[in-house]
Amino acid sequence: MSRLPFYLIVALLLVTGIAMSVHRHVQFEVPWTPGEQRQVWEIEAQVDFRADGGPARVEMALPSTQPGFRVLTEHTASPGYGLNYLEENGARRALWSVREAEGNQQLYYSAQVLVAPNAEAGDVPPPRPVPNVVWEPPYDTAAQEVIDHAWSRSADPFTFAQQLISDFSDERRGENVRLLLTQFDRSPLLLRLFHQAGVQARAVSGLTLENGRRRQALNIWLEVYDGNESALFDPATGQRGRPDNLLLWENAGQSVLEVQGGTNSRISFSMISRNQPAAAAVRSQVAKDADTLLNFSIHSLPLEEQALFQTILLIPIGALVVVLLRVLVGIKTSGTFMPVLIALAFIQTSLVTGLVGFLLVVAVGLVIRNYLSYLNLLLVARVTAVIITVIAIISLFSVLSFRMGLNAGLQITFFPMIILSWTIERMSILWEEEGPKEVLIQGGGSMLTAVLAYLAMNNPWIRHITFNFLGVQLILMALILMLGNYTGYRLLELRRFKPVTED
Amino acid sequence: MWTSPGKLRAKGIIGMNQRNIRYIGRYNDRRLYPLVDDKLQTKLLAQRYDITTPALIGTVSTQFGIKRIHEMLAAHGGFVIKPAKGSGGKGILVIEQRDGAHFVKPSGAHLTLEDVERHVSNILSGLYSLGGSPDVAVIEALIDFDESFAEYSYEGVPDIRVIVFQGYPVMAMMRLSTAASDGKANLHQGAVGVGIDIASGTAIRGVQFDRARHDHPDTGHELASLRIPGWKTLLELAASCYEMTALGYLGTDMVIDRQHGPMLLELNARPGLAIQMANGEGLRKRLDLIERQPEGVSPEERVAFAQHHFARSSELERVAQEAAEA
Repeated sequence: MSRLPFYLIVALLLVTGIAMSVHRHVQFEVPWTPGEQRQVWEIEAQVDFRADGGPARVEMALPSTQPGFRVLTEHTASPGYGLNYLEENGARRALWSVREAEGNQQLYYSAQVLVAPNAEAGDVPPPRPVPNVVWEPPYDTAAQEVIDHAWSRSADPFTFAQQLISDFSDERRGENVRLLLTQFDRSPLLLRLFHQAGVQARAVSGLTLENGRRRQALNIWLEVYDGNESALFDPATGQRGRPDNLLLWENAGQSVLEVQGGTNSRISFSMISRNQPAAAAVRSQVAKDADTLLNFSIHSLPLEEQALFQTILLIPIGALVVVLLRVLVGIKTSGTFMPVLIALAFIQTSLVTGLVGFLLVVAVGLVIRNYLSYLNLLLVARVTAVIITVIAIISLFSVLSFRMGLNAGLQITFFPMIILSWTIERMSILWEEEGPKEVLIQGGGSMLTAVLAYLAMNNPWIRHITFNFLGVQLILMALILMLGNYTGYRLLELRRFKPVTED
Repeated sequence: MWTSPGKLRAKGIIGMNQRNIRYIGRYNDRRLYPLVDDKLQTKLLAQRYDITTPALIGTVSTQFGIKRIHEMLAAHGGFVIKPAKGSGGKGILVIEQRDGAHFVKPSGAHLTLEDVERHVSNILSGLYSLGGSPDVAVIEALIDFDESFAEYSYEGVPDIRVIVFQGYPVMAMMRLSTAASDGKANLHQGAVGVGIDIASGTAIRGVQFDRARHDHPDTGHELASLRIPGWKTLLELAASCYEMTALGYLGTDMVIDRQHGPMLLELNARPGLAIQMANGEGLRKRLDLIERQPEGVSPEERVAFAQHHFARSSELERVAQEAAEA
């Protein structure tokens, strides 16, 4: 039996993989290492609405360059719609229009935003003072008292804002505030109170940037002016100042989305962060117009899918770790690729939290499973019972840790529950048949594999390489094929067979 | 603690990867696996080839059928229940005798009929089968094992594993259950493995937990005098399993019954490597020799060839003599 075709395939995979990677490196200037780079966020807004059948008009606020962020490029996808960009008073808006539209409509807008600490804001004039704020009784007196209370304890608009918002906090909420909150929502109410007090302020909408998030919504922030100076306040906490990861999507106090000729309109955001040299970020955008097959890249997908792929492309790395440990070392695990799934969960939860959570769930699960074995159940029913038990354990731990102020405990929900249940079932049978020692060996082997897989998958350089160079997948494939052909001894066999060589 | 790959190679030791690729992958056609992975099929096939196996009491294939076990077992004092597709000795329940309404395991533990029914129910739902697929429970007569082995075994039936390569018996070992192995004959659980000389059927060397052993840990009986009766018949039986299954690299598990002599217990298409430890020798050289032999030789000739080429002298006797001289 000739092995030639095998080596040809391996060679072909290696050459193609390396060639694709080098091509991407040279042509698109994607660097080999994640270092010395600028962070670029790709943000995608998706507008959904239901058109009535007649003409439709959709107006959406657009982000502009602002302190902390520079907008590099923007794209829209809206087949059949006419598109205009409007700009007034430093606020940018997109206007989509169509003569006839019916049914569910989807409009996309995506922007590349460079993290630039030195970026300057465009000119947005301060809001004009609102002369008359009309309240109906008894809200007028309540509002006045709330304002007076905060006013007396403040020196300028900023301290006034802080005092006012802190009066809205749960523990300090007075009778007047509670009365007002029955009639108004928190943010609009705060804004009215500012206006009433003669403080220049407006509500702006910001997006909290977190890598790989999908279906996110905007948050309302209050921008308070003192003359030409302004400061952002979080209406929930009264915290002053802009967090580093807050991108102001709408900064002129206008609406974010206005739809005419449609109902049920909704806007949601997906985002992903990528490291690129700032120059290349712009250039790759130019090259994008000349999209060829050679530029076969995950980056041509919608952002929502890109975020998914960032994780999916890491799975082969985890699998490679498993193959290495099993073929070259000879470690026993419970369930071949279970450790990879556990490692994926570790990426979400961080290592220590993940390990503690995993051990807790499996240990408690084993105890309960031990009782279930007395009930004489059919296998599928028993495993299902274990699944429900695992969910119960996870809920219990989440609530308990939240009560104790350990937010990390909430992340336990990232564990793949069905996999956990099968692990518990298998460990339990192993315990009955082979004793606790074998459970420790296989459980320990699985944990070790999961931790190593996690360390590999969480390595910034590996994340960078797998996401930016698809050719790496082919190289991994070739590596795994070669490992599948390895007939040498496993590391642990050198210990196992030692007695034979002694005499 | 560790040895070097070079030393292992010099001893001809085969590793797991090599076994999987070089032997199992090359000589065992995947298509034929069901013949040996399903013990019921093996049994029926063996009957067609006149290979003795333990008598079949019955099979249970539906949860509904479990209710009839009671009648099925009425006439039998001792019996063995095993999953047809089990692996590694998992899910095998041995009942030695009855005590009133109770069933007694070799360890002396008493089980109720309900316990037995639960065990069968677990088998049917695939708890012990490869990949968890639904399974069939096979109920067999208890093997009435040869009295001469009573001294060598604790609770369980000692069985003899013969590796058959392309029809040639290449290496053999006897597995003696111990208290540590809970009456099971699996070496990694603490059973004693005794290498058996292919030529004579006598013990060469014993190991427990991968360390040399000269006597049975529980009965204290020395292993040097272990001799398997009807050795040639046993080898021929094992060798003819090649014609029966067409699997090139095969592990055959045999037992010696007091009345029926050597019997085939089950076959294994992925036999383990511990046999090398029990024999103190690697498989590689023997397998290389067999690979150079022509096809189409009868089982009797193959056994004769193996007995001629694989003869070895006992290390146990040498140890015993040295002890006597000292």
